[in-house]
Amino acid sequence: MQNFTYVNATSIEQVPSLLGRSWDDAVVMAGGTDLLGEMKDFAAVPRRVVNLKSIEGLDYIRQDDAALSIGALTTLTDVLNHDAVSKDYTVLNQAVSVIASPQIRNMATLAGNILQRPRCWYYRSEDFPCLKKGGARCYAVGGVNTYHAIFGSGPSYIVHPSDAAPALMALGATVKIHGPRGGNEVVLDDFFTLPEMNIRRENILRPNEIVTELTIPKPEANSKGMYLKVRERDSIDFALVSLAAQMTVVNGTCERASLVFGGVAPVPWRAIEAERYLQGRRITESRAESAAEAAVEDAKPMPHNGYKVEIAKNLVRQAVMALAA
Amino acid sequence: MADRHDEARPDESSQSKNKTGTRFTRRGFLKGAGAGAVTAAVAPAILVSEAGKAAAQETEGVMSATVTLDVNGQSHNVEVEARTTLADALRDRLEITGPKVVCDRGECGACTVAMDGKLVFSCMTLAMDAQGRKIETVEGLADGDNLHPLQEAFIEKDALMCGFCTPGFLMSSKALLDANGDPTPEEVREGLSGNICRCGTYPHVFEAVTSAAEKMRKGG
Repeated sequence: MQNFTYVNATSIEQVPSLLGRSWDDAVVMAGGTDLLGEMKDFAAVPRRVVNLKSIEGLDYIRQDDAALSIGALTTLTDVLNHDAVSKDYTVLNQAVSVIASPQIRNMATLAGNILQRPRCWYYRSEDFPCLKKGGARCYAVGGVNTYHAIFGSGPSYIVHPSDAAPALMALGATVKIHGPRGGNEVVLDDFFTLPEMNIRRENILRPNEIVTELTIPKPEANSKGMYLKVRERDSIDFALVSLAAQMTVVNGTCERASLVFGGVAPVPWRAIEAERYLQGRRITESRAESAAEAAVEDAKPMPHNGYKVEIAKNLVRQAVMALAA
Repeated sequence: MADRHDEARPDESSQSKNKTGTRFTRRGFLKGAGAGAVTAAVAPAILVSEAGKAAAQETEGVMSATVTLDVNGQSHNVEVEARTTLADALRDRLEITGPKVVCDRGECGACTVAMDGKLVFSCMTLAMDAQGRKIETVEGLADGDNLHPLQEAFIEKDALMCGFCTPGFLMSSKALLDANGDPTPEEVREGLSGNICRCGTYPHVFEAVTSAAEKMRKGG
């Protein structure tokens, strides 16, 4: 890891001025569990690192009748242990429970989890100057692409590694951003960006902006959620494919379905076709199957990752039947 | 045998104090053999750190500083660069070598320590961020010559082969039992999921933790 200048930020307002115009100038650090790994692998070589942990009052979970607000410094452990999250936000609780290990969950923040950089082995290797690092090509194309994307890709084929992001997106969460011109708020669906729009990053954040809060609207009282994650190693691993599902089913009929995949696309991937298919339909096994088919209609697997299509279908079937039961 | 488990032993600190004496240790030998390389690598760091010594870490920031680390109840002043991890500061500067650096990416758990009572990876924690926090390593587990019940159980249940992962497993086991004195087998596995044993002696580790929990519940 290259040495850097370390600055303790003392307020949210101060942060944009401590950051720079490019990602090489400066980056922010909270838990650091992703950033330090990137820096050790020279995927990120910032001249300055701005510590957010020194800002007071960013570590909170506030609850009212309409929503849950989670400050940017709230750790995954605190999210996992929060009563309201386990009671009303099952899909988020389940997603956070399968993120990494106790040590990482004690260090890493919920906001940092959705801002994770790709785990692609070409991106993380110093030997491959790939598109994401300003290079000329994506080495997953023509390389070993077992863990790469089946949706939404080109010219880069990374997958978004977050478990929390699909869950938050399934719940319709919004993210508060603070930049030089103040704050704004966007829904997560509009926060993440595909490589065709933005090859170097996975979201709309600029180098001098930070995430300050996540707000999650309270799910409808009669809706249910769950998070399913398939990984090679059950103790700790990133998802091969995961699915965050939130459904409102009344008398066997689906009123609303929110289905978001992890591990299959450069962003958390909403299965819009499956959601549309399910809406207003009575749930049966054959309709769960049709929803699964609809979910993977646009899949374009690479030579080594066709298995992800089958897993994705299975997860949709499983979640739809479980949430309709 | 004793030499093989040298670094995991709780009496390491007393050994390192005696390092000028006649006792031959593996660590002492390795340090002697690698002395040339170590000096070359460390020298620039010390030069840089002079500049940052007095700087307050606000607005301008620092590339190096002297931090005070509270490790197992003892205070240590140590000069570190901004990029120095807690694991490196503990091992290379303070010779507190219980925490091991294996993957150096927060995946294997060998560097696990407790910081303000919370389990963290010291390889993914900056030394500067550990300033003023209460750091506990495996060296602090035993009470003098009296091993912690978990350490006794690891010996009794043969819960280590090469022993390199053991300090991390012990710290995770302690955090687990501090929070939950009567864990189910599933909770033990979950509590230790951040630690890898490449010898694969997991069943013995789980057995040791369960047995230590039982003993501790009975006031052992």
